[in-house]
Amino acid sequence: MPADALKCKECSTTYPLDARYVCERCFGPLEVAYAPPTSSPDELRRRIQAGPHTLWRYADFLPLEGPPRSALPTGWTPLVRADRLAARLGIRELWIKNETANPTHSFKDRVVSIALARAQELGFETVACASTGNLANAVAAHAAAAGLPSYVFIPADLEDAKVVATGAYGTHIVAIRGNYDAVNRLCTEVSADRPWAFVNVNVRPYYAEGSKTLAYETAEQLGWELPDRVVAPIASGSLFTKVARGFQDFIDAGLLTGDVPVMCGAQAEGCSPVAQAFAAGTDVCRPVKPDTIAKSLAIGNPADGPYAVELAQRTGGAIESVTDDEIRAGIRLLAETSGIFTETAGGVTTAVLAKLAAAGAIDPDERVVAYITGDGLKTLDAVRGTADVTEIAPSLDEFEAAFAAAGVA
Amino acid sequence: MAVTVKLPTQLRAAAGNATEAQVDGGTVGEVLDDLYAQHAELRERIADDGGGLRRFVNVYLGGEDIRFLDGLETAVKDGDELTILPAVAGG
Repeated sequence: MPADALKCKECSTTYPLDARYVCERCFGPLEVAYAPPTSSPDELRRRIQAGPHTLWRYADFLPLEGPPRSALPTGWTPLVRADRLAARLGIRELWIKNETANPTHSFKDRVVSIALARAQELGFETVACASTGNLANAVAAHAAAAGLPSYVFIPADLEDAKVVATGAYGTHIVAIRGNYDAVNRLCTEVSADRPWAFVNVNVRPYYAEGSKTLAYETAEQLGWELPDRVVAPIASGSLFTKVARGFQDFIDAGLLTGDVPVMCGAQAEGCSPVAQAFAAGTDVCRPVKPDTIAKSLAIGNPADGPYAVELAQRTGGAIESVTDDEIRAGIRLLAETSGIFTETAGGVTTAVLAKLAAAGAIDPDERVVAYITGDGLKTLDAVRGTADVTEIAPSLDEFEAAFAAAGVA
Repeated sequence: MAVTVKLPTQLRAAAGNATEAQVDGGTVGEVLDDLYAQHAELRERIADDGGGLRRFVNVYLGGEDIRFLDGLETAVKDGDELTILPAVAGG
């Protein structure tokens, strides 16, 4: 299913498959368009199953010309059945797609794998990004593995762990005194002047395709079946919309039978332009100044916001927001019931899942998949001070005094 | 009021390859009208049918998104700089 053009999502004007992201006629976003699959579903399935245990097993559905390559294997993350969390929430069947298992511990390794591979095909020798942190980690790591110089632009107030981990890969970190939207604006300007591949600016159409693999893997791991409902975080709205596209791709190719799942989006109340638009019944996402602990979702001016709203409306889903306290509780709830420690974005997703369940929005017979997109070790401040620690001398007496009530086996 | 409008690469072909334009107006809306008067092709690319901006066009006055100001009614003063950028980056 080779890619055959870049196509404007607004006015359908087509462009060659080069480094561009904006329609010159209407300023709409470009996305990769593919020729219809020529292989039968059985042939496609066999090729996928014979592929590597990385996202490249879905090469038939990705926009590369040559054989897929990446020096840092990514994807094929666990889909974990979360029975204890399901019981707590009153859901029959709940699965967690655990994206903390990627090389830099977030789903951003997927989008960067595709963007970097395509950037190399297009002849770029330097890669860059505008990041809220996880993307900076991924760009720095994948560029290092590929031997390419990289520049990552981040808001100066980012979580320390994300900055330190990014620096370890030997990249150029450009910290901007401003929020992510200011970083993004600067990168849009810089990308026009430098011969660099900005993964989420001038090669964004290829980058965005990486999130489709979240849906492909989910379907394959469910035994080539669809979930009934998906809960996923929304920052720019790119992941959210591309997950749905991934399920649609497999339905169109004859690999799955049924409909795109009910799509539910999760935002932090302190940065909820898409949830506010959904609640107001409009696709116009009025930009906001973010103020939330969920910094990886702190995009006040979301590029794919209108499409995220349309998708939630079309599939009978919802876009909800939760407070910082609910986010912290969500992190805790997921960790205590599933053993998966997520960053604030996963706290947002878990809290919205819990909110939908509590509101009776989820039918008890549904199969639900929640996308946990990043690792809790990157946002320790969100849970700092909540651990239950008992300090004692190395003395059996002190131990027994402290834990007398805990029972003896 | 004399204002400088910086044009993104995607619009330059429709503006005779200019990277910026010197225009007049008392508000952002008037500035854009004067820009369209100078480069007629720009209107259909960034303005919608109702006289507003297309939904993937961002306009910044001195670095601030005009939607945090008074939108097209935002007053401008001599020497201000207006930047037009695509809204579809990031995430």
